Amino acid sequence: MNLEKYNNAFTTSLDITDDLLGEQLVYQSIQAWDSVGHMTLIAAIEDAFDIMMDTEDIIDLSSYEKGKEIMKKYEIEM
Amino acid sequence: MFLGIENINPSKVAAIDENGLQLTYGELCDAAREISAAAKERTLVFALCENTIGSLVGYVSFISSGVVPLLLDSNMPEEHIDCLVNTYNPSYIWTHESRDFSKFRKVFSGWGHNLYATDLKPFSLHDELALLVTTSGSTGSPKLVRQSFKNIESNTKSICEYLEIDSTERPVTTLPMQYVYGTSIINSHLKKGATILLTTKGIMQKEFWEFFKEQKATSIAGVPYTYEILKKLRFTNMKLPSLKTMTQAGGKLLPELHKEFAQYASENDVNFVIMYGAAEATARMGYLPPKMSLEKYGSMGIAIPGGRFELIDESGDVIREYGMRGELVYYGENVTLGYAENGEDLKKGDERSGRLETGDMATLDSDGYYTIVGRKKRFLKIFGNRVGLDETERLIKSRFSGIECACCGVDDKMYIFITDASLKSDILGHISDATSLNVQAFCIKVIDEIPKNDSGKTQYSKLEEYYD
Repeated sequence: MNLEKYNNAFTTSLDITDDLLGEQLVYQSIQAWDSVGHMTLIAAIEDAFDIMMDTEDIIDLSSYEKGKEIMKKYEIEM
Repeated sequence: MFLGIENINPSKVAAIDENGLQLTYGELCDAAREISAAAKERTLVFALCENTIGSLVGYVSFISSGVVPLLLDSNMPEEHIDCLVNTYNPSYIWTHESRDFSKFRKVFSGWGHNLYATDLKPFSLHDELALLVTTSGSTGSPKLVRQSFKNIESNTKSICEYLEIDSTERPVTTLPMQYVYGTSIINSHLKKGATILLTTKGIMQKEFWEFFKEQKATSIAGVPYTYEILKKLRFTNMKLPSLKTMTQAGGKLLPELHKEFAQYASENDVNFVIMYGAAEATARMGYLPPKMSLEKYGSMGIAIPGGRFELIDESGDVIREYGMRGELVYYGENVTLGYAENGEDLKKGDERSGRLETGDMATLDSDGYYTIVGRKKRFLKIFGNRVGLDETERLIKSRFSGIECACCGVDDKMYIFITDASLKSDILGHISDATSLNVQAFCIKVIDEIPKNDSGKTQYSKLEEYYD
């Protein structure tokens, strides 16, 4: 359920399909994940889990996998 | 040499890159001499820019030795570069070595860059021409702004004066070098012998802030969207003791955001400077003195030293009453020579004689401060980039023949109205690719019919009710 929400935040904010989700999905690996896409993504993740992320976590969320790790800090298990 | 950099202490550091590599003013001058020896004077070079030492060295070398650079984004799609090459026949291309131009002849290598000679038949260049910049980095339009040596010197001098730039400054790059706001930061800091901190990382990346703190950056620059991001990052809670100046240009900042940052600045001993400009005026035309930033939030300010504004009405007469809306006109030595739309235009001289009709609508208050209230022409500023609405419509219509479409919107959000719902995702993908702008910049709305008047002209005002 949480994973689905997490994935959905990526696919909607970066306008991508599920098959792109994975290790290879990192900041700037696709055109849509630039600073603008990052803002949208962070907002989508915050909305999905009703959390407010710290600055360090926002700038540290540099990949799809890294984001999963960061979510643990907010007690979101996938 | 360019901006008199040979007079600066040669051991002073001119630039530090994200890997910690340093370049002194002495090394910069030597590099300039070396590269200029490889390129013939009064020729055209396409300089593919990123915020690295190699790009900086190329820019300074060319402009110092009378080689005219056209500054382009190092990631510009190949078809856009080809189109510009075919239009302007550059003699050289300066690019990072990772980008292949082996169809041309390599004549020099250094600083991770290659200089290629194209052997194309050059167009003649006007004697005063120093630099070319694009009017719209994103749509790949061949329309360029022609800047003279006098334009750059004059604008650089004004900027150094009103921002009180000295050799202790350490600006960190947040804007692309080929963007006139970015170029102006480089020019004004080199002139004063300051140290430029070059990074290819953005403010959404951890590496950027590590570099900022490690190198003790003193200033940061941003377009409205940069400030939206900074707010999202809860910038005002960050500990950045080295920061002294924040500047903003590239479109109008929302008044609430202006106020918020002005408040932060006044409480943290930081100068927050709202500025106004355009590529057609080299870079800057106006600024809001930082001590007035909070009191006059929402205002663009006053003319830069050496410049002057006036407002004109529809018949071109000067408006003298306060609070009246009119087109903003600027006078100053930094008003550029004019545009170029093809290679023949490069031999043209000054077509503006120091007067620029900005296309922006403004009002003047009784204290002498100007506020931008609208725009005469059909374009939006998206993430700091000027994007023509008619141009975007043409891009869509040429790709999807027979389509009904209309583009309009507000800064940072373009609405594309169409009548055929099945094309929605194709258009979104195409327009994001063609403009190199994030898909978030566009919102596609499907409506029954594009409203038009009797003569068939789209009635854009009727589309505003669909905005979110």
